Amino acid sequence: MDAAIATKADAAVLTGAKIIAAIKQSGVKFVLAVPDIVTSKGLLFPIADDKELKLVRVCKEDECVGIAAGLSYGDKRALILIQYTGFLDSLNAIRAVAVEYKQPIVMMVGLLGHEPERQPAESGRYGVRIIEPICDAMGIPHHFLSQDADIAKIKPAIDKAYSESSPVAMLIGRRPS
Amino acid sequence: MMKRDECFRALARQLRAEIVLPVYSSAFDWLEIAPRALNYFAFGAMGLGSSHALGLALGRPDRRVIVLDGDGSLLMNLGSLVTIGAVAPKNFVHFLCRNGSYEANGGHPIPRKEVDFSGLAQAAGYAHCVDFDTLAKFESALPQLLKQDGPIFATLHIEKGALSPEFNYRSLEDPKRRQDFRAALRG
Amino acid sequence: MMNRDECFEVLKRHVTDEVVVAAYSSALEWNDLNPRVLNFFANGAMGLGSSHALGLALAFPDRRVVVLDGDGSLLMNLGSLVSIAAAAPKNLVHFVCDNECYEANGGHPIPNPKVDFAGLARSAGYAHVHDFSEMRSFEQQVGHVLTQDGPVFATLHIKKSRPLVYKYDDLYKASRRVALKAALQSTS
Repeated sequence: MDAAIATKADAAVLTGAKIIAAIKQSGVKFVLAVPDIVTSKGLLFPIADDKELKLVRVCKEDECVGIAAGLSYGDKRALILIQYTGFLDSLNAIRAVAVEYKQPIVMMVGLLGHEPERQPAESGRYGVRIIEPICDAMGIPHHFLSQDADIAKIKPAIDKAYSESSPVAMLIGRRPS
Repeated sequence: MMKRDECFRALARQLRAEIVLPVYSSAFDWLEIAPRALNYFAFGAMGLGSSHALGLALGRPDRRVIVLDGDGSLLMNLGSLVTIGAVAPKNFVHFLCRNGSYEANGGHPIPRKEVDFSGLAQAAGYAHCVDFDTLAKFESALPQLLKQDGPIFATLHIEKGALSPEFNYRSLEDPKRRQDFRAALRG
Repeated sequence: MMNRDECFEVLKRHVTDEVVVAAYSSALEWNDLNPRVLNFFANGAMGLGSSHALGLALAFPDRRVVVLDGDGSLLMNLGSLVSIAAAAPKNLVHFVCDNECYEANGGHPIPNPKVDFAGLARSAGYAHVHDFSEMRSFEQQVGHVLTQDGPVFATLHIKKSRPLVYKYDDLYKASRRVALKAALQSTS
């Protein structure tokens, strides 16, 4: 096997356990979630079993925005784990609480139906294609996670959100293993 | 039927270090009656008060968190009742000011005035659910209500009408209030 | 506890010209058992089934509209219970298949598996509310449930189903909606 192919094969993996480790290293204690099939197996099931993370299952994604804001007053860090559909549904809460009130709202958003080898803006799925432009329009920094090398973006993104009291979206483009 | 400001005065007399989260019209009445650093204001995403309060209750399990919710607001976030029922924070007290109208949005009626909000909370899994329509009963029940293990839900049947019809959101949304709140919690 | 496919088999025997609005796993199972032009599959925005049904019930007051909702779906749109109770369409029958989990999203539990959906509907103001966990009583009463003046609500306590193949492309294809509209307009 030549080096190029080996690199390509490595690139095609996003390891759930490594994402969870990065979340914990970022000081996150609470995960607020509505199930999403992209992150179901690799993230939500293991998080539900994880003793160090407290999982709060909510009925609708905009609830997460309020809960995370409230937690921040107890200096508790939270990760919102949702599907892009829920992100779209919560835009007003994100606009008001995360952007205008400048609250630390950290979102991990599963891009359901996305082709992992493409950038989100080139997705064949309309709902996925519009996510980054919406973040840009709202001034929400975003990071694309589709391979293990991207996991290094997680801790700086969460640290920055909490140190600056601002939102961030991490877009999950591949089902974590 | 009670008056909201009378209910709030009765509540304010009982309070010490609780966090109080009033929404929309309740916020303006509450601020006039009980200006304190441990008041938490969140506007702009109607209905999200109960979710903010759940986060506060989880983030500060050592303190009681009291939500002064509106009926129109809660209808925007009914799912939060089920979420709160499931998480079951003992330090959570949810008052619903039921006046049957969107008072801060022109006074239009809510879709159905006969909704049994305490029944909804009961079905969602709250530990204690109760209705009040006279001030005397509310006042006498309050001390016990504020001590019970939550989540507690109480519907306050109130008349329409705010202390001041002027709703000055800019003052309530001043970032300084959030800074003061944060400082008061740390102090 | 009942099986959803058995409940739907029973329901099928009673359904004639009703519009059936079905969500996610229920939609797949219902369509497998009873493919018909008067089925409506709400896609994309989870929880919106009950709202689609309210619109259909208001548009076609002479026709029954039956919702086969999911518990996770309904939790996304609980406010619709109040809106439906307020609009009070006599021709709307709302079943929620309560399997205590998000079956189409990996099988994770709903936030509070003990939530009393029938109690929620009663408090919201539905005209009639039922709660079924035994197949026999469901079989005996389903005819009555379907003919009561609405809005009617019934919780069906069911087990998780056999693994389903989620053929959403087929379920949600535009031709189904075109055919439904034509069928409704030709007979109304």
